[in-house]
Amino acid sequence: MNRVPLPEEPYLNPKWAEPIRIHFDKVSVEFETAAGPMRVIDDVSFEVSNGEFVSIIGPSGCGKTTLMNIVGGFVKPTTGRVLLDGRPVAAPGPDRGVIFQEYGVFPWLTVRQNIEFGLKLEANRKPAAERTAIANRYMGLMGLTDFADHFPKHLSGGMRQRLAIARAYAVKPQFLLMDEPFGALDAQTRSAMQDLLLHVLESEGKTVLLITHSVDEAIYLSSRIVVVTARPARVRKIIEVPFGYPRTPHTQEEPRFVALRTEIRELVMEEYAAQARQRVPATD
Amino acid sequence: MVYGTFDLLPAQAPRRHRFVMARDSLPARVLLVLAPWVLIVAFWYGVRASGFVNPALVPAPHDVAAKFVELMRQRLALDIWMSTQRVFVGVALGVTVSVPVGFCLGWYKGLRTFIDPVINFFRALPPIALIPLVIVYFGIGEVAKTVILFYASFFAGVIVMYEGIAQISPIYVRVARTLGANDLEIFGKVIVPLTIPHILTAVRVALGVAWATLVASELIAAQQGLGALIQNASSFFQLDIIYVGIICIGLIALTMDLALRAATRRLVAWQDRLA
Repeated sequence: MNRVPLPEEPYLNPKWAEPIRIHFDKVSVEFETAAGPMRVIDDVSFEVSNGEFVSIIGPSGCGKTTLMNIVGGFVKPTTGRVLLDGRPVAAPGPDRGVIFQEYGVFPWLTVRQNIEFGLKLEANRKPAAERTAIANRYMGLMGLTDFADHFPKHLSGGMRQRLAIARAYAVKPQFLLMDEPFGALDAQTRSAMQDLLLHVLESEGKTVLLITHSVDEAIYLSSRIVVVTARPARVRKIIEVPFGYPRTPHTQEEPRFVALRTEIRELVMEEYAAQARQRVPATD
Repeated sequence: MVYGTFDLLPAQAPRRHRFVMARDSLPARVLLVLAPWVLIVAFWYGVRASGFVNPALVPAPHDVAAKFVELMRQRLALDIWMSTQRVFVGVALGVTVSVPVGFCLGWYKGLRTFIDPVINFFRALPPIALIPLVIVYFGIGEVAKTVILFYASFFAGVIVMYEGIAQISPIYVRVARTLGANDLEIFGKVIVPLTIPHILTAVRVALGVAWATLVASELIAAQQGLGALIQNASSFFQLDIIYVGIICIGLIALTMDLALRAATRRLVAWQDRLA
């Protein structure tokens, strides 16, 4: 196989000489099941620096979502801890915008009301005029302006996901946590959403943690990729993506992109094979 | 780089049911709504004219209509009022209690495991079967009827409520938390809106059950009400009055259901499937 060799990168690229924002510190999670405790996360440690876009990739059902749920504040690690700006995660909060695969747009609110939802809460209340301005801005950015007064039942899957992103952005989170956000979308919509996300990130500058099982998506969007093993999830390898931003669809045709894709795909496929040998069925 | 990426996304227009456009004109709709009723009345006349049934046993529709007008000047208005008001009180009490109880059962899964069999036991008992007991304990006055109707609407409502609440996806609560909502805000801004459609369904189901139960209880012990009207008429073999009573019950139930559906459409326009 004719592969372009990848430079061996240090654990933390000096390019990211930025403060560490998210720190997974020897995190392990065990769930109680009928058959006894089951370890889903095993001694995971890695860091995400300010402004970084880190993807976690691994076989489905390996515990990736649990990693995100810990940062989100929905799951407590059994041992170890996750630090946000040096402080352990205690509960969910508006500093972390979470985008779920199933969108979670509120069906009883219109597009505009969905985006303004967070701005009417005590935690980040804004006066009406400001709310309207923020909603207008993100509806414009996400191409939802024409649908401001429509209920989500009238929106396509891609539009609902854009609405979920707009709503998360409206409360100005420091972090964006995305759990397979484009998994349910068709290939074209997905690709357009990826470009839109990159575009929005360019102007908004967030620290992003993305859970995905798409190798292409991980390389195209991230600055670093954490490959995790089949359950229990361990860090298999952390890979530096050798492209700067902005990225264009042409990035995906570069030889280095193709080589990286081959490498990561092989790693992930090995883990899928390892998972297939496990007797306990996947849970998530 | 082209950044207008969302231009590439399918901008799906709101779904409209294009196939109903043709029947959307008002006269066409009135005709469609009336057609089955015209057929029923025609069938009614047909049965009378056919000779298969003794015409003395089947009062003609116009006779029933005349009887209706005549009765409206006497006791019918009071009967309708009594029956309707009993249903309203029973359903209002039953649903008021069943909403919080059903909500708790739906929300706290642990509670359900041991309360569920109890609820199903009582729900399986037809309220009519309890009438003799109710008469023993509450007599034959208004209280007795309220108790039966409360019982009927409570158990109908509680099942609808808790099955609906149990189906609410926890994702909305999670999303609200990540946006910074506190417990009170989650209740008021997420759980309440998600509960309203189930309350409306509970009212609809409770109304249906309550009407069926009401007439049965009035047949047994009442001076006024549509059930009593029918019961008295049957003692004197006044078939036309029986028909008037039955049609009134049907019409009132239909009117209530239509009103409730209209309210549902207004209150929960966001729902995917509307009643």
